[in-house]
Amino acid sequence: MNTIWHKLADLDRRWLFALTFLAIGIPLLTGVVLPQKVSPMVVNVFDAIDTLPEGSSILMPLDFDPSAEGELQPMANAFVRHCAEKKHKIYFMTIWPQGVGMIQRQIALLKKEYPDYQYGKDYVNLGYRPGYEGVIKLITSDLPKLYDSDQQGTPVSQIPMMQGIDNIQQLPLIVNVSSGDPGLKQWVQYAATPYDSIEIVGGTTGVQASTLYPYIPNQMIGMLAGIKPAAEYEKVMFEKYPEIEERPESNLAHIFMTSQEVAHFMLIAIIILGNLVMWKTSGQGGRS
Amino acid sequence: MKQSTMVWIILTVIAGAYLTTRVVQYHAGAVYVAPKVMTDEESGRSVTTWSQVPDLEKDSPGVEFSFVRTLGIWVSAFFTLAVFSFLVGDNVIYKIAESIFVGASAAYAMVVGFWAAFMGIFVGRLAPQFSRNTFMPSLEPDVSPNWLMLLPLAMGIMFLWRLMPAGGWISRWPLAFFIAVFAGLRLVSHFEADFVVQIRSTLLPLIVFAADGSFNLKASLWNSTMVFGTLACLTYFFFSVEHTGVAGHISRVGIYLLMITFGVGFALTVMSRYSLLIGRMNFLLKEWLHFGGTV
Repeated sequence: MNTIWHKLADLDRRWLFALTFLAIGIPLLTGVVLPQKVSPMVVNVFDAIDTLPEGSSILMPLDFDPSAEGELQPMANAFVRHCAEKKHKIYFMTIWPQGVGMIQRQIALLKKEYPDYQYGKDYVNLGYRPGYEGVIKLITSDLPKLYDSDQQGTPVSQIPMMQGIDNIQQLPLIVNVSSGDPGLKQWVQYAATPYDSIEIVGGTTGVQASTLYPYIPNQMIGMLAGIKPAAEYEKVMFEKYPEIEERPESNLAHIFMTSQEVAHFMLIAIIILGNLVMWKTSGQGGRS
Repeated sequence: MKQSTMVWIILTVIAGAYLTTRVVQYHAGAVYVAPKVMTDEESGRSVTTWSQVPDLEKDSPGVEFSFVRTLGIWVSAFFTLAVFSFLVGDNVIYKIAESIFVGASAAYAMVVGFWAAFMGIFVGRLAPQFSRNTFMPSLEPDVSPNWLMLLPLAMGIMFLWRLMPAGGWISRWPLAFFIAVFAGLRLVSHFEADFVVQIRSTLLPLIVFAADGSFNLKASLWNSTMVFGTLACLTYFFFSVEHTGVAGHISRVGIYLLMITFGVGFALTVMSRYSLLIGRMNFLLKEWLHFGGTV
């Protein structure tokens, strides 16, 4: 019997790949942006940065590489824009060799959208240091011991915003964006848990999220897990700082999330259809 | 000729023709840059930086076509498509892209590690004068050599001793040192962050009252779920008691909760993978093919 169900059961999976490309590509091309509902966790993360006095010092380790860029770049952009709007001092660093490029992207964003932000006074790129979690452990007690110069080799003694910084306990907040180990988990284990003075918020991939939720709220204020909370963060940020929304690609997470939602609807439909096909064809010579 | 081969040839020709049209009409993949001169007030030095401008501004004064950045976009697009080609089937283009990705990633990490760790930290501290005269001109002149750096030098040499024809056992000493250091570090941090504090976080009041003395149903339910859920999951992994009767029912709840957790984890993973695909699609459609203009 060669019914439509049997044809669907034998459908080449490459049609599903093509459908996925369309589900993702069409929202990107049309520019349609679906509204987002903000969750309390995202508000907590936003407030952690927003309630700090203007000009506070923020340590921003970007521990991810280009393979996670699609998921983490929008939230890193949002964090940097938010910190810059609040005129916070940003200390970029990374414990991933490939994170150097990710920091450079954020510095390019600062130069483009916040031309008044000055290197050494408003932000600094401390760059990469090898040692995995050993780096975190060391800088909680002695930052200059490991970071005696910035990424370009300029001694920290010549960088105004590094003056008087002996360890990261002096910085009121860590904003970490990470896609694996070492990353947010290690920042919680080696910095936020042993030292009550260190507060941390983070952004991470969806894959990592389920292992990090137990740290909230006692060891971590909050976390953005994947592109969905990143879009919500953009929404909260646009409400407080509407001028950001007018900039090109400032709503990147919204754009990505719209494609994500269409793809999810497609996936749910395919799962239902697949089960229906299996039910209709089982016992009739079809797949079981 | 096989029918599938014919289909692929036709598709490739159509895609090539379309790409040519995009390049000619919309300058697909082309990157235009504008200079920006910044002068340091203290030193008076001027530095020119080039930043990408939208395609619409390509005829503005000072804006130039950047061959290097354009090449970067095309190489990136080629390798993205090469990796996507695996969806159709394993092929030589995919294999080449995969090998180049692995090689480039390893080489990049090695070069960054070499300059940051070996040259920046090790040589920079052991021989600051030499470093200042060669690759770290901004290093302060009054820095004296840190002779403690000879210790990691000795351990590094011991590490590499395993390549020698005799005395390979020497490499076990630095290896033992690193294992001991990381084991000690991780033992303490895991015990504190993932055990002690996690237990403390689970010790919650099951009946919660608000500040005005009224009963807080939501918080009470939340805390009860947290405590009971944790105990149920732990019961499932407690094998000293047979999982029958009350213990069996509780462990059954535990396995349901674990299944929900795995489901959430799987759904988050799907979301992650889609995000990566969306990121590349956004690159291909906007940065490469210039749909909707560039930014």
